[in-house]
Amino acid sequence: MNNGIEIRWHGRGGQGAKTAALLLADVAFKTGRSVQGFPEYGPERMGAPITAYNRISDGKIRVHSNIYTPDYVVVVDETLLSSVDVTAGLKRNGAIIINTPKSREEIAEKLKEYSGRIYTVDARKISEETLGKNFPNSPMLAAIVAVSGVMDRKTFISEMKASYQHKFAKKPEVIDGNMKALEMAYDIVWSAMEDDKMSLSA
Amino acid sequence: MAIKERMSGNEAVSYAIRQINPDVMPAFPITPSTEIPQMVSTYIANGEIETEFIPVESEHSSMSAAIGAEAAGARSLTATSSAGLALMWEELLLAASNRLPIVLALVNRTLSGPININCDHSDSMGARDTGWIQIYAENNQEAYDNFIQAYPIAEHTSVHLPVMICQDGFITSHAVENIELMEDSLVKKFVGIYNPEEFLLNPDKPISVGPYSISNYAMEAKKNQEIALENSKAVILEVAKKFKKISGREYGLFEEYRTKDADYIMLIMGSAAGTAKQAVDEMRARGKKVGVLKLRVFRPFPAEEIANALKGCKVVAIMDRCESYNGNGGPLGSEVTSALFCNKIMIDTVNYIYGLAGRDFTVDETKTVFGELEDMVVNGRVPEQYKYIGLRK
Amino acid sequence: MRTDITKINEQTGHEHLTEGLMIFAGGSSKLFKTGEWRTSTPVFYEEKCRQCLLCTPVCPDSSIPVKDGKRADFDYDHCKGCGICAKVCPFGAIEMKEGVE
Repeated sequence: MNNGIEIRWHGRGGQGAKTAALLLADVAFKTGRSVQGFPEYGPERMGAPITAYNRISDGKIRVHSNIYTPDYVVVVDETLLSSVDVTAGLKRNGAIIINTPKSREEIAEKLKEYSGRIYTVDARKISEETLGKNFPNSPMLAAIVAVSGVMDRKTFISEMKASYQHKFAKKPEVIDGNMKALEMAYDIVWSAMEDDKMSLSA
Repeated sequence: MAIKERMSGNEAVSYAIRQINPDVMPAFPITPSTEIPQMVSTYIANGEIETEFIPVESEHSSMSAAIGAEAAGARSLTATSSAGLALMWEELLLAASNRLPIVLALVNRTLSGPININCDHSDSMGARDTGWIQIYAENNQEAYDNFIQAYPIAEHTSVHLPVMICQDGFITSHAVENIELMEDSLVKKFVGIYNPEEFLLNPDKPISVGPYSISNYAMEAKKNQEIALENSKAVILEVAKKFKKISGREYGLFEEYRTKDADYIMLIMGSAAGTAKQAVDEMRARGKKVGVLKLRVFRPFPAEEIANALKGCKVVAIMDRCESYNGNGGPLGSEVTSALFCNKIMIDTVNYIYGLAGRDFTVDETKTVFGELEDMVVNGRVPEQYKYIGLRK
Repeated sequence: MRTDITKINEQTGHEHLTEGLMIFAGGSSKLFKTGEWRTSTPVFYEEKCRQCLLCTPVCPDSSIPVKDGKRADFDYDHCKGCGICAKVCPFGAIEMKEGVE
């Protein structure tokens, strides 16, 4: 695929990984690109491991298969690390983003086979602080946007604000919390990326 | 002005239904087509369309009600998948033989067993000889465009047959992709107002529909139905031509993708055609003369046209997303080889069965298939004539 | 598409039959003389009849015409000779006879 990026999401049924993939397709669409957002379906129920995918490209997307060599992987639930091979096929120059209170070093210990970039976001904590509930998909969405560079922070934030204003037209009180969650997660990942650049140049 | 949007295949078909505003929709939910009646009933609840929604107790009833409504004079439709279509079987034949231009949004899903909810074409292929026109889509855009073209084809005076608009379950029905929508007024004008010449709820011109026919009449009726299906080929092309004028998008009985000078052609239907095209581009960049023939219209079967389109190549891979259990290949395998033989196009073919019950079909597998075709011609290694790809060994 | 169905018969070629064998007329069953199937025939004795009209609604082929509150003689074009009317008549005003009358 030309100029395209491929993303694989791992989550559990009910956590919103599919919704997050569709939201990412939504915001990427607004930048004028070709997008795909699709879940891998089975008879899964609440709590069962699920996979969802995104393709984002400047050119037309025609492939209709699953993604086996993703540029990025997003893990919405840390407990999946022990049961699912989340880094399978992940490109060397790609990155994995994990929802966890643990540090990157602690996660690297768990993903011994994997030598690429790791970013961690405590999406649960961010979500509970900003929304009072555990909705990890908004922070994870912001994290993948930051890491993949699908769009810049300003565009992302303004697009998401418009989207939430539409989505939560009858519950405007949750808009601020969601926006705060997005900004916090974006900035955490962004500063980790800045640290990486510093250590590379040092 | 085209409206640039992103939506799933089910959303796209529901959007087209909203724009057409048909009269009656009886439906019963079944994965993965459930979203269509769900979205349409939301449009109805919101007062956006006047369609009469009939909740029924089974698909046997949804097609029966669609037949009754259509015969009464109402533009009717329903949506289903898999076992739902199988339960409609008897009524599918009635809809066609009573010459009722019903449209069915089919979201392809395998038939049991083993029980499974994912995509293959065994449902629509099982209904391939019920007298319905069958049109398949590669993506959400085509599902939308095909649905808009369905009523003008079905209701054409030289056709009067039901149309099945097929798309791949989950692969396109639940995948959000870019799409170009048309304005409501343009779609309404294209589809037009339904004015049947004869209908049951017309007290001034009484009719009987579906009478018992003794043998002296029934065979003649079947021949007439077959003629209508043959007629539909020209109508499908005529409607596509008109559709191009308003949308800019071109449709035929099939699409020929880089086949002109191709030595090896893959004949395939549905969403996997996009995957195959991607493989073709990558192989062409390495100098391989490969191409894809994407079949859009399976019924009526464009036998002569396909044979002509394939005559310049060395080998054809005929891809079936369905096992027909005839012990000799898939349905496309049987029909395409018969088309080649009857038109005296004596080229080699290999019939591949792929993607059953949601098994993924990839760019790499497409390349493997082309590799086998080349190996056959260049090195004389003839593969089995009927084989599975993507099968775990 | 509308065709004069009285001109269609078992010798008509397929191209002249109607679409889906649709019948372009109301009450066309009148044209079909089911009376030809009869092997025993009801005979109506008007003098015994009290005009109770029990026979009319039980006739499966609507072959007992009623006019001005009184039943008339049988419609032998359509009566199949089932004999239900004779069974239901309390006054012996209907008798079944072997053969075609």
